[in-house]
Amino acid sequence: MSNFIDLFFNVGIMAQAWPLLLKGLIITLELCAVVIGLGLVGGLLLALGALSPSKWLKWPSVGFIDLFRALPPLVLLVFVFSGLPFAGLELSPFMAVVVAFFLNNSAYFAEVFRAGIQSVPKGQTEAARATGLSKAQTLTHVVLPQAVRNVLPDLLSNTVEVVKLTSLASVVSLSELLYSANMARSVTYNSSPLILAALIYLAILWPLVRLISRYQRGLAVH
Amino acid sequence: MRFLDTFFDGAVMAKYLPDLLSAIVTTLWLSAIIVVGGLALGLVLACLRTLGRWYLTLPIVAFADIGRALPPLVVILIFYFGLPGLGINLSGPMVLILVLGGVLAAFAEEIFWAGLTAVSKGQWEAGRATGLSFAQTLFEIALPQAIRMGIPPLVNRALAITKMTALGSVIGVKEILAVSSSAQSFSGSATPLTMAALAYLAIFLPVVILSRLLERRYAWAV
Amino acid sequence: MLEINQLEKSFGDTQVLTSIDLSVKPGELVFVIGPSGSGKSTMLRCCNRLEEPTSGSILLDGEHVTACHGAALDKMRLKIGMVFQGFHLYPHKSVLANVMLAQVKALKRSKPEAKARAMEMLEHVGLAHKADAMPSELSGGQQQRVAIARALALDPKVMLFDEPTSALDPELVGSVLKVMKQLRDEGMTMVVVSHEMDFAREAADRVVFMDGGVVVEAGTPEEIFGNPKSERLRAFLSRLHPSDA
Repeated sequence: MSNFIDLFFNVGIMAQAWPLLLKGLIITLELCAVVIGLGLVGGLLLALGALSPSKWLKWPSVGFIDLFRALPPLVLLVFVFSGLPFAGLELSPFMAVVVAFFLNNSAYFAEVFRAGIQSVPKGQTEAARATGLSKAQTLTHVVLPQAVRNVLPDLLSNTVEVVKLTSLASVVSLSELLYSANMARSVTYNSSPLILAALIYLAILWPLVRLISRYQRGLAVH
Repeated sequence: MRFLDTFFDGAVMAKYLPDLLSAIVTTLWLSAIIVVGGLALGLVLACLRTLGRWYLTLPIVAFADIGRALPPLVVILIFYFGLPGLGINLSGPMVLILVLGGVLAAFAEEIFWAGLTAVSKGQWEAGRATGLSFAQTLFEIALPQAIRMGIPPLVNRALAITKMTALGSVIGVKEILAVSSSAQSFSGSATPLTMAALAYLAIFLPVVILSRLLERRYAWAV
Repeated sequence: MLEINQLEKSFGDTQVLTSIDLSVKPGELVFVIGPSGSGKSTMLRCCNRLEEPTSGSILLDGEHVTACHGAALDKMRLKIGMVFQGFHLYPHKSVLANVMLAQVKALKRSKPEAKARAMEMLEHVGLAHKADAMPSELSGGQQQRVAIARALALDPKVMLFDEPTSALDPELVGSVLKVMKQLRDEGMTMVVVSHEMDFAREAADRVVFMDGGVVVEAGTPEEIFGNPKSERLRAFLSRLHPSDA
């Protein structure tokens, strides 16, 4: 038992690793901000494309969404980071992560937005257009607010997935939270830094996960 | 032309095809075990939770929350690098199966549970009133409806988690990404990565399309 | 004021409207009746191009509704108020915000101006005290009156009503009809598709009977209800009031 605590919950080593992990956490948070922001914008545009009456917009959007939902994000990341340099396109680890996860996330967010927009009754659009609102105004003031509210749990759980996804950046040596923790582990021959990283992830994501469960239950009741 | 040589080099493809094929087999059997094991465990946990005993519910909820909140790669690293310190040596594939199967079980438990709570109280009362026992009502009436409701989200989640078998490349599992990454560095060509992407598309694109069809078919349930 | 010339509409191979001609004078209340599936609602929805006519023209004050596109169509729709069977209030906005939205975004009124106008219109339909409520807190009749206020606040030249009371419980119908009557008395030009025959008798200047996508008969309420000429209209009226026949 003391062996277990010494190897996994060694407070001394955790304290030692703390500054390094904090730096990693900041990079993780930066990464989240960029990747979630881009994913939301890309996802919304793709969803609008997929719902467009024009087949020139619809099918490329649906194809893009399905393609990047089928590829594992890590494969995408390795391809962008190690494959693209062969084509003369060399990206920094941070940029490679941003590009790869943008492709992946926007596909996932697009599916959520599409479901949300489809959940708003057609009469809402008709009523708005009948009062002289333009297509864009109808979308921003009438359809999207309702769409977002209807799929809020899915948007939240997608966001949680994105935060978890950023841990893959450690594979291309981006010194985010998990990379820093694993670095500290290999230096100290002790798993406590990994446990500390896990606790940090839990502290950020557990409240969100609880919220999602609460939401789903709430929806189920109605 | 240069692009084709870099990403679609026929000679490189021919050379590494046998390795890649065996890697595809590895990915497939790992995926199968993870999906079957994860769903089964999730279902059992959701059923145990209906008993309403706090000493069952509490650990189940904690497991489901942690499984959904932690990035799988963190847990994979803890299992793979940490457990040997306690004398527990797990192979790479074993770690992958335990962690990803566990993560799927966490999500599946929540989905099944959400389905069970959505089955109306009237259904339970009708079951009990017609003389069925608690277990009979659960298995004959509530669970079939819950599973039906859960199918679209379960397919999506199972897809997302089986794609994570690519994380095995980090702990030396000879699955598609690992084999193609090492082939890429040996051959000095990006072609093996292209092959990996194509292999993943061949496996997962049909599932993505299936999930679209399912969503349409089960739309009434949501 | 509103002129419909040779309007045709088909969905795929199905012809829904055939050579519809209808002219509505300023201040007139034209009431459109007919069995379901007769094309009444489609005709109404063509007037503000929620439905795209296959051919024919629609003019409002001599301007072609059927010829404008994009922003010009949005402007044109400001002059044509519409009230739907299903109300379609925006559930995420308060009653006041519902009535203000298009004023601010489409008419480009300032917010205070839009708010003043919205309150005036809500007062008009007797719901000023519900300005801060959410649509879900209102009864169906109240929601429909808010929808009327939302359309009126844009100062339309003509109001289209698409079965405005069909989704309401019987005891709530009266309050909506009262508002419509009041509008008519103030001189609003109105086209109403509805099954409220008593209201048609009492308030309509002209009644148009449609069946199978054509205008079968038109005339004053007295002519249409008292002395129906066509067999189809007689059959329709007797189905409505089996006891009267």
